[in-house]
Amino acid sequence: MRETVNESPVPFRGGGFRPIPVRGAGLGLFVLLILLIEWGTRAGWISKLTLPRPSDVAATLAQLYKTGLLWEHMVPSLTRLAVGSALGITAGIGIGVLIGLFSLIRAGLIPLVAALFPIPKIALLPLFVIWFGIDEGSKYALIAFGTFTPTVVSTYGAVDNVDRTLIRMGQSFGLKWWSIVRKIVLPGALPGILSGLRISLSIGIILLVAAEMLGAQHGIGAYILEAGSLYDLERLFAGVVILSALGVLTSTLIGLAEKRLLVWRN
Amino acid sequence: MDLRIENLTHRYGGMAVLSDIDLTIPEGRIVCIVGPSGCGKSTLLRMIGGLERADEGTVLQQGTPPAGCLNPLTYVFQDFALLPWRNVAGNIALVLEDHGLPRNDQHRIIADVLARTSLTDFARALPRQLSGGMKQRVAIARALAVNPAVMLLDEPLSALDAQTRELLMDDLVQLWTRQPFTAVYVTHNLAEAVRLGHRIVVLSRRPGKIREIVEIDMPLQDRHAGDDTLDAHQAHLWQLMRQEAEAADKELANA
Ligand SMILES: Nc1ncnc2c1ncn2[C@@H]1O[C@H](COP(=O)(O)OP(=O)(O)OP(=O)(O)O)[C@@H](O)[C@H]1O
Ligand SMILES: [Mg+2]
Repeated sequence: MRETVNESPVPFRGGGFRPIPVRGAGLGLFVLLILLIEWGTRAGWISKLTLPRPSDVAATLAQLYKTGLLWEHMVPSLTRLAVGSALGITAGIGIGVLIGLFSLIRAGLIPLVAALFPIPKIALLPLFVIWFGIDEGSKYALIAFGTFTPTVVSTYGAVDNVDRTLIRMGQSFGLKWWSIVRKIVLPGALPGILSGLRISLSIGIILLVAAEMLGAQHGIGAYILEAGSLYDLERLFAGVVILSALGVLTSTLIGLAEKRLLVWRN
Repeated sequence: MDLRIENLTHRYGGMAVLSDIDLTIPEGRIVCIVGPSGCGKSTLLRMIGGLERADEGTVLQQGTPPAGCLNPLTYVFQDFALLPWRNVAGNIALVLEDHGLPRNDQHRIIADVLARTSLTDFARALPRQLSGGMKQRVAIARALAVNPAVMLLDEPLSALDAQTRELLMDDLVQLWTRQPFTAVYVTHNLAEAVRLGHRIVVLSRRPGKIREIVEIDMPLQDRHAGDDTLDAHQAHLWQLMRQEAEAADKELANA
């Protein structure tokens, strides 16, 4: 007969430390916060001077849309962001790839980029105004310059991280230099370049607003500045909401690009 | 085409890695190179294929590569080295695209090597969908596609489990029997060496020198696991390697 001994299941000790996607949690928290503020401003424990009422902000946004003012501000802003960041990102990827491929260019440019990176680009706006004119030119330049440096850094990092054994393989099969760059280095660097673009574009949006605050008739930055100087919190926040939406939009676009271009990843 | 290696000597920094290697790789044979860890086998293979320059000595090609040869010295790597963003057929196409072949020829070559490695059904699969054994089959197919004069294999089966390794060894034997190729095959595994090698070169511990060259005459297709002659050869090789491996194991790095 078997002796009866103490039996207990082995306690589970694994699990955790691995983020798993939870659907709707982000949206839920967001909605909860809005409702809380709405309630606070209505009940009076958040004063009108602290935060605007979310429903008023929504009404202001609707108003903006109806009067057509929204597009009057959005179109110049989006144009500036598109032109400026297209210039900066194109140059950044080009220079970044060159740094990744050529030792001489790397040795010369990395210290220069490191010196340029921490400069608050906004501080250079007066200079840009002199170089590129008070109109759109200086704004394009500011955004281009601001997106350029982070793109360079993430691009050459991505090129450096391309699996060397794949490059050796290409050489061992006698592939031409240009084939190795085009078929091995660039696709291998693409994931790193795309994730770098997320940061570059966010910086682009920050600089867009900064440039518009310092001298523009139209644009979201100008709109926010005007609202702020009148202490019109509803309009101020309506502008901020538009900016956040812009940020979410660019990040979604990059996410889509990653999905399409990087199907080969797990 | 034969390969002749003459007086090859190499050091990294002050550390001698290869010393006075003299070796001939005859056409149509598989030469296995065995030796303890760190004795310079991979280094030797890189020099044979022209991926690295030796301090002293030369590697000579004797004769001309076979007709239709696109890349005389062709590697198969331990970690497969497949492009993850190209499917199986695309990975093979990669090594054909730079040669200005007409599209039809490319397709014909790809279909042929896929058939020879039983990969036809996987032509559209991405590397991440394949098991290790399948990935190495793709790498072998890619090497065959350029019709090499000499195949250079650096521990091609080391990343695979024992069963898969057996299967792939059979595949290699079959490929060779149907159409003999020349190969330098670096391995740690003595069982692989006696199954696949017509000639087995035993290197000493670092700096790698040739300790002995063992010839095995038995035809590849007659070699099976558990064969007495092969076991005797393997035991002999192990005896040669054992002392070297022990001594190498006890050496301090950079001492
Ligand atoms: N590029 C390099 N620079 C400096 N030292 C190197 C380099 N490559 C290899 N070595 C050293 O040279 C020695 C021989 O290396 P190699 O990779 O050729 O040995 P191996 O016989 O292939 O070893 P293993 O059996 O572990 O694959 C090792 O001690 C290694 O650390
Ligand atoms: Mg090795």
